[in-house]
Amino acid sequence: MNQLKLSILDLLKEDARLSAATIATMLGSTEAEVAAAIDELERDHVIVKYAAVVNWSKVDDEKVTAMIEVECTPERGRGFESIAERIFLYPEVKSVYLMSGAYDLCVEIEGKNLKEVASFVSNKLATIDSVISTKTFFILKKYKQDGIIFEEFEDDGRLLVSP
Amino acid sequence: MIRDKEMSQTAVEIPENSGVERFLSSKVRAIPPSGIRRFFDLVSNSKDKDIISLGVGEPDFVTPWRVRDAAVYSLEKGRTQYTANAGMPELRDAIAGYLNSQFQLDYDPAKEIVVTVGGSEGIDLALRALLEPGDEVLVPEPTYLPYGPITALTGGVPVGIETFAKDQFKLTAENLRAAITPRSKVLVLCYPSNPTGGIMTYEDMLPIAKLVREHDLIVITDEIYAELTYGSKHVSFASLPGMKDRTILVSGFSKAFAMTGWRMGYVCGHPDLISAMLKIHQYTIMCAPIMAQVAALESLSPTGLEEKDRMIESYNQRRRLVVQGFRQIGLPCHEPQGAFYAFPSIQSTGMSSEEFAQRLVLEAKVAAVPGHVFGKGGEGFLRCCYATSVSQLNEALERIGNFLNKIK
Repeated sequence: MNQLKLSILDLLKEDARLSAATIATMLGSTEAEVAAAIDELERDHVIVKYAAVVNWSKVDDEKVTAMIEVECTPERGRGFESIAERIFLYPEVKSVYLMSGAYDLCVEIEGKNLKEVASFVSNKLATIDSVISTKTFFILKKYKQDGIIFEEFEDDGRLLVSP
Repeated sequence: MIRDKEMSQTAVEIPENSGVERFLSSKVRAIPPSGIRRFFDLVSNSKDKDIISLGVGEPDFVTPWRVRDAAVYSLEKGRTQYTANAGMPELRDAIAGYLNSQFQLDYDPAKEIVVTVGGSEGIDLALRALLEPGDEVLVPEPTYLPYGPITALTGGVPVGIETFAKDQFKLTAENLRAAITPRSKVLVLCYPSNPTGGIMTYEDMLPIAKLVREHDLIVITDEIYAELTYGSKHVSFASLPGMKDRTILVSGFSKAFAMTGWRMGYVCGHPDLISAMLKIHQYTIMCAPIMAQVAALESLSPTGLEEKDRMIESYNQRRRLVVQGFRQIGLPCHEPQGAFYAFPSIQSTGMSSEEFAQRLVLEAKVAAVPGHVFGKGGEGFLRCCYATSVSQLNEALERIGNFLNKIK
């Protein structure tokens, strides 16, 4: 990937609302060039989506999140692909990773409450044929997500005017 | 009882209306109050939380965590002692290595480097080590403030040399030659420049070096912003042919490494000059704080240097944004190729820079420093630091634009 695209990704990762014109100025490029590069990144699904990072703990209807270690038997010829798909198609599932080490899939699940998450695991996840075992860990507090630190909005400590 | 009586007698001898100022040295009294201080008071007193400040002189990054962590760890380990006067040997080694790889400078860490309390102390050491009463110190202006006052404290005479926007605020040989007298001894170079963002390239400095040799001057080069040079590579004055022994290099960690509050700087130069400066340093400071030295050492590690490069790229992006922004709203702005300041001209408004800056704070809630406080050539300009978030910069530009429309 060329340097312009990498620089654009760096900027958008920090602030997805930057306009192509602003990005072009910041990178010393032209608006047309930047817009074309962003189009390409979107078309190639390098940029998948522009989403807000939400600190749900500040929202009244708080959500419960759990990380689940799933051990499962891979299928001949397809490995973990189809089982991963069976899992990630559920809207409750926020992320699915194939892992090295003691278990196979790491599944992040979000629900309204503890009961909802527990019921999803026991009724949907654990009952999949190739799933051997699940271990559920509830997340108590999120400190940092995707490189963004929650609750780190301290005032600028600098003097307003200095030499 | 007797003692009480003596004291009361002494007290009676002091004329009641006489202030303690009479104890002050005349040299200190002669230093005029700082214009930037007055402006600081104006902004701070307004207590308006909505003010966006482009008036700062430091990075918006906090020191990278790995650097802070190194200092915390050293404190936990009980490293709270003095270090060698000149600074920890391993830090001086690291500084020498860094200067060599970054700027092709060759300083012996054992004899040619002193770690100081900020670049500020380095400037003080250099001027005090060099000056006799009456010696003239040539300072291109507009400039960072302390060279003149420190020169005056030594009995030296600061001589400002005006530089101009048409020359991108570079010091030209012509202007330098015009300012040289038989009493000229020191030339101060502060490039990349605070407040203009101007730089001096190798070609710009060659004729300056020629004059320095012809007139037997010594150069104090304040290169605190060296790393913040955009689009080209900074050239250190000491790396010019024959200039190393005529140059005292002052630099530090404040700007490029986002370490302003640690007060970590260094001076480099000929061993005879350095040993003279070390004499002053050991009697006034003893040594720079050990925890800050440990932090500085970490910032020169390979990963520390990567963090520095990341910050510099971010300044460069915002530099382009702010320069174009000023031009779009109708304030001519020369291309600042260094530091983190833009220096747009406000001459078209017909206001003095002081009046413009004051009204800008009060009416548009944007603080920027009026150019006249930086000496000759600063009137008619505004120093705007772009080390602040993109959203704040855009908001500030919009407010300034609206203000300009209002006063048309």
